[in-house]
Amino acid sequence: MSYISLSDPDRKEMLARIGASSLDDLFCCIPEEIRLKKELRLPQPLTEPELLAHFESVGRGNKQNAYLSFLGAGAYRHHIPYVVDYLSSRGEFISPYTPYQPEVSQGTLQIIFEYQTLICQLTGLEISNASLYEGASAAAEAVLMAGRLKGKPKVLVAGSLHPQYREVIRTYVRNLGIQVEEVDYDVRGQVDVEVLRKKIDGETSAVMCQSPNFLGVVEDLDRLAEIAHQHQALFEVIVAEAASLGILQAPGAAGADIVAGEGQSFGLPLSFGGPYLGFMACRKEYSRQFPGRIAGQTKDTEGKRGFVLTLSTREQHIRREKATSNICTNQALCALRATIFLETLGREGMRELAYQNIQKAGYALDKLAGVTGVRRKFGGPFFNEFVLEFEGGYKKVEDHLLANGIIGGLALAPYYPGLKDCALFCITEVHSKADIDRLAGLVAEVKR
Amino acid sequence: MYPKDYRFSKDHEWVRVEGDTATIGITDFAQKQLGDVVYVELPAVGKALEVHQTIGVVESVKAVSDVYSPVSGEVIAVNEDLNNSPETLNHDPHGQGWIIRLRLKNKADL
Amino acid sequence: MNPEPLIFELSAATKKGFALPKLDVPEKKNALEGLAVREAIPGFPQVSEIEVVRHFTRLSQLNFSIDTSFYPLGSCTMKYNPKINEKVAALPDFSGSHPYAPQGLIQGNLEVMKTLEEFLAEITGMDAVTLQPSAGAHGELVGMMLIRACLEARGDPRKIVLIPDSAHGTNPSSAHICGYAVHEVKSNDRGTIDLDSLDGEMTGDVAALMVTNPNTLGVFEWDILKICETVHARGGLVYMDGANMNALVGKFRPGDMGIDVIHLNLHKTFSTPHGGGGPGCGPVGVKKHLEAFLPLPIIERGPSGYSLNFGRPKSIGRVRSFFGNFLVMVRALAYIHTLGAAGLKEVAEVAVLNSNYIRKSLEGIYYLKYASPTLHECVFSDKLQSEHGILNIDIAKRLIDYGLHPPTMSFPLIVHGALMIEPTETESRRDLDRFIEAMKTIAREAVETPDLLKSAPHFSPVKRLDETAAARNPVLRWEEPKE
Repeated sequence: MSYISLSDPDRKEMLARIGASSLDDLFCCIPEEIRLKKELRLPQPLTEPELLAHFESVGRGNKQNAYLSFLGAGAYRHHIPYVVDYLSSRGEFISPYTPYQPEVSQGTLQIIFEYQTLICQLTGLEISNASLYEGASAAAEAVLMAGRLKGKPKVLVAGSLHPQYREVIRTYVRNLGIQVEEVDYDVRGQVDVEVLRKKIDGETSAVMCQSPNFLGVVEDLDRLAEIAHQHQALFEVIVAEAASLGILQAPGAAGADIVAGEGQSFGLPLSFGGPYLGFMACRKEYSRQFPGRIAGQTKDTEGKRGFVLTLSTREQHIRREKATSNICTNQALCALRATIFLETLGREGMRELAYQNIQKAGYALDKLAGVTGVRRKFGGPFFNEFVLEFEGGYKKVEDHLLANGIIGGLALAPYYPGLKDCALFCITEVHSKADIDRLAGLVAEVKR
Repeated sequence: MYPKDYRFSKDHEWVRVEGDTATIGITDFAQKQLGDVVYVELPAVGKALEVHQTIGVVESVKAVSDVYSPVSGEVIAVNEDLNNSPETLNHDPHGQGWIIRLRLKNKADL
Repeated sequence: MNPEPLIFELSAATKKGFALPKLDVPEKKNALEGLAVREAIPGFPQVSEIEVVRHFTRLSQLNFSIDTSFYPLGSCTMKYNPKINEKVAALPDFSGSHPYAPQGLIQGNLEVMKTLEEFLAEITGMDAVTLQPSAGAHGELVGMMLIRACLEARGDPRKIVLIPDSAHGTNPSSAHICGYAVHEVKSNDRGTIDLDSLDGEMTGDVAALMVTNPNTLGVFEWDILKICETVHARGGLVYMDGANMNALVGKFRPGDMGIDVIHLNLHKTFSTPHGGGGPGCGPVGVKKHLEAFLPLPIIERGPSGYSLNFGRPKSIGRVRSFFGNFLVMVRALAYIHTLGAAGLKEVAEVAVLNSNYIRKSLEGIYYLKYASPTLHECVFSDKLQSEHGILNIDIAKRLIDYGLHPPTMSFPLIVHGALMIEPTETESRRDLDRFIEAMKTIAREAVETPDLLKSAPHFSPVKRLDETAAARNPVLRWEEPKE
């Protein structure tokens, strides 16, 4: 199959116009010794029907779709209104690139402007960018931004921040002289305030926590903000389960200066981890150190409202090595999906969705913690995830569930040595009462 | 067009000296190159500057330019007006568009 | 014509766009106790489904796109996005899979990734590939980190990265984030890296040279073998920005040129949609000596299937969560399966043919700073037209009136008033000729009716927009009108 649109006469005439006798002439400037003398070793090309059959077959190697899953941990299954797929599949959205020519990109630009507004409303802060890659690199960008704003070498990061996010932060700061210190969680699963008070000092540029955190626990944001600000440090909140913003207190209202995180819950399928949607918002006074593309409102020569990419001098194509970030291509189509999702669900829909998550997770916890030998590990408030500890270990439970068509919570042993018999369970609005009852029933069957 | 009692640097800054105070800005040529100025990053009053150290940054929509100090000294005033009206740098680069005033450390820098 | 309202301007209480199934567990009245809960979000939209559909459908109609127009954005490779790849990526077995699912249950995904890695290694002539970076710039950052890790392991960290003056802005930006100082290498009068400049800059303190090949002028760095030799001889490594791979696929391999690390843009060369600004995917290919440092996890194929290896102690670590932009990888793999080796070779040949056809047709009408042969893109400038007061931006805006998306403007920096044209291989003769005719007409208009250009575009949803006002007084979100 070929997507070339030239006929044979076209090619001949074009070569004649150029004054070349063959296509090879056009590559004459390239040294002979680097020319490929034979064809690449790739399989025979497939026609469309063969292509589809091939991938359907490869896809069948994924058995997981046949399972009922209770996994969360930074990737969440939520209902996605069909209009999200329908509208975001339009060629006029999929096939343009970054809106460098705003006059013919008002669709893309207005959507970015609406998206930025929605993120500001949800986070309670004043400016947002057009997207970052995903939650972990968004957290890393937040750390770098704090370093630029405060000029101090240390960042305090909660140990209950998603393990992958902490790994990525460390990868990013390694070559920049920024020190990352972790602050443990307490018995309730929240940031240990005493440990925080001991570690924070005049060299700290920011305090960063995740809420709800990786253990599913909602943090006391007001208290953490206060401690950070007392020491002239920025307070940064990472949100991995964005659906929680539909009902939980806006981090900006609690004192966060920068909020960043993962927007996958806003209308993106699980996608085996990507493409996802990094989001970031901050206070207006930090705008010049803020990374990412930003759309702004303006007027055209006839006074009509329009939108353009703006504050571009922060960015790589102008500032080059002094840019606030190297990001160029971001996650625009994912931000489009999120915008459609948020506008379709709307104010009441977002709240209802979040409310159902809380109710169903609460119901699930009651049923599961009611099983002998199973208890909730942490007492702090939660949204749609919680950590359960299993007497006799989690492996037997995990295996029993798998044998019965269920993927249980994420085993935490690889991530926290103190939680070796624990697992992180996630319940969302997509789980029915029957699903939850089935889970509890199977857990109860495991001998302890 | 170019005022007589001004001195010019090869990075397109101008200096006007009165006693041991130097007023510094960018030239008409520089502002034309940049286009419409949208933002000026000013240093703090009291900052000590060496010759050719960066005073601050001038941003237009499509470009960014460091402003270098042609002389050394201590910043005694910055043009706060540029925060609200950066376009002054375009309209009157040699007058109202001044950027900083320094107490000269070494007259020989001139 | 009135502008499309913002969704917030259409919003009103009690309208709803989606109904959730009723709560089927017993409702606990005290469920919100202990949680800091918000009031209803002020100003958050409340609209009906038809309002959403009309809003986004109308907004889509305001965009130029590859699906409607010729889109010759240089260095972005705006080729046709095959639709079947959308269907493949949407297969529930792929789109519905959770990244923490047990390895035995996601073998299909691991097969997709491993196969794509192998195909890309074959195409680039490199030894190993990581698919984790989310975009080209992300790939550049990873490439820099790999180089740094490799040199540190040799006990010879070095501090500087050399970058040609024609390079894309993400190059110095990425090097800087990796903690390197950036030094510039000059281009000669043929538009390629000046070997004397390189020789002078290439000291024992230089970790790497970042080279784009063909470069941003569309010119092949024909001294590439000598360039790599010079860098290697003094202990440095060569990074290639593979954004322009469309000129090389199936005909030349960076691995054969002496390149140590390369990034690719799947959303350029490999046809995955640009999406209005992403998502992309920026795989990085390396030679053997850098393999140990690749980000984790590594995907391995064994007798009993695929598995994830987290046990590489020298790895630079993770650069993002999970595996990367997986559904973008699926599309790229589908594309490679569709084209095969012969098809990929044809891509490069026709991309170069189409670009040279445009170049030949416009030479003399627009100024071409460098006479060197070009491959898949060419860079003209506004020099001739500027004699009549017309700049590249005016030419670009007038192209819009002819229903054509403008080329890339003002880049590379070494060409003042640049217009970078990259048609790609999927354009028809008719569309190429239409573009050429429009450019010729505009060149005439620049002399005869320059005001028409200065006030362009005339036939677009909005006229020329005031970018200065947008930057001086940024309005970056909608606000609820105060009572």
